[in-house]
Amino acid sequence: MKVTVHVRRRPEIADPQGTAVSRALSDLGYGEAKVRINKEIVLDVEGSNHQEVHDRVTEMCEVLLANPVMDDFEIRIEG
Amino acid sequence: MKTAVVVFPGTNCEQDVVWALGVLGAEAELVWHRETDLSDFAGVVLPGGFAHGDHLRTGAIARFSPVMGAVTTMAGQGKPVLGICNGFQILCEARLLPGVLLQNRDLKFICRPTHVKVTSTNSILTRSAELGQVLQIPLNSYEGNYQSQVDITDHLVAAYCDSSGVVDDLSNPNGSLLNAAAIANEAGNVAGIMPHPERAIEQILGSADGQVLLQSFIDSLEGAHV
Repeated sequence: MKVTVHVRRRPEIADPQGTAVSRALSDLGYGEAKVRINKEIVLDVEGSNHQEVHDRVTEMCEVLLANPVMDDFEIRIEG
Repeated sequence: MKTAVVVFPGTNCEQDVVWALGVLGAEAELVWHRETDLSDFAGVVLPGGFAHGDHLRTGAIARFSPVMGAVTTMAGQGKPVLGICNGFQILCEARLLPGVLLQNRDLKFICRPTHVKVTSTNSILTRSAELGQVLQIPLNSYEGNYQSQVDITDHLVAAYCDSSGVVDDLSNPNGSLLNAAAIANEAGNVAGIMPHPERAIEQILGSADGQVLLQSFIDSLEGAHV
């Protein structure tokens, strides 16, 4: 199954990359825009049971893919 | 009283650490990250570098290297565990220390001497230093911006400062919370520092101020209690 994981730094945690891009957009005349740069991780995993795959990927996120100290994550399963 | 200096794929400061401990008269041995038994060692250092390429997040993959089980055991036994730079990042990912290290505030790789002030002597990194002592230690990192969701007042052991010891925004090179340069766990036996004390061991290289920090580590090897 194809699974997409979005890892987002929590809103209260600084994102220096997002801040730099926000400044650049402003300098280019696009006005003020808050920018956050997130991570998209695409997995192709074994299994066909939606719930089982979801549980397994959730565990992957908690253990490795995201750092619970600073990240939130969202899982989307295709099909 | 041997110290293990762990080498992950991508570690690059291990020889400096062995050399620095040697200058101070301590015996150290390189240990590959696949080792699972560190019971022969009185302490362990995770040196700087780019363990496992720093992919995903700094330290995120290294924390699952086989050796980390033994490092965690040593931490639990009260033995001295020190992470320098990338090693600090690994200890945070392994939850042996609170917090995380993010990209520097100004998104620049910082490679220059910095000053740090000892804010607590209750750690294996600072026990032989004096409270308030100002040390010149080189910083060499891109992800050195320490942040934490928990109160770190009791964990902070050294803070970035200027040459006269003033801790403020101007003397904060990377945006770290409370100017944190070094952090320890509650027991004081696990510590992480972002600048490199092992590169400030001999005056010919600009500073020997790192000696007191590594001496603290060595003094902690015998009788693990701080």
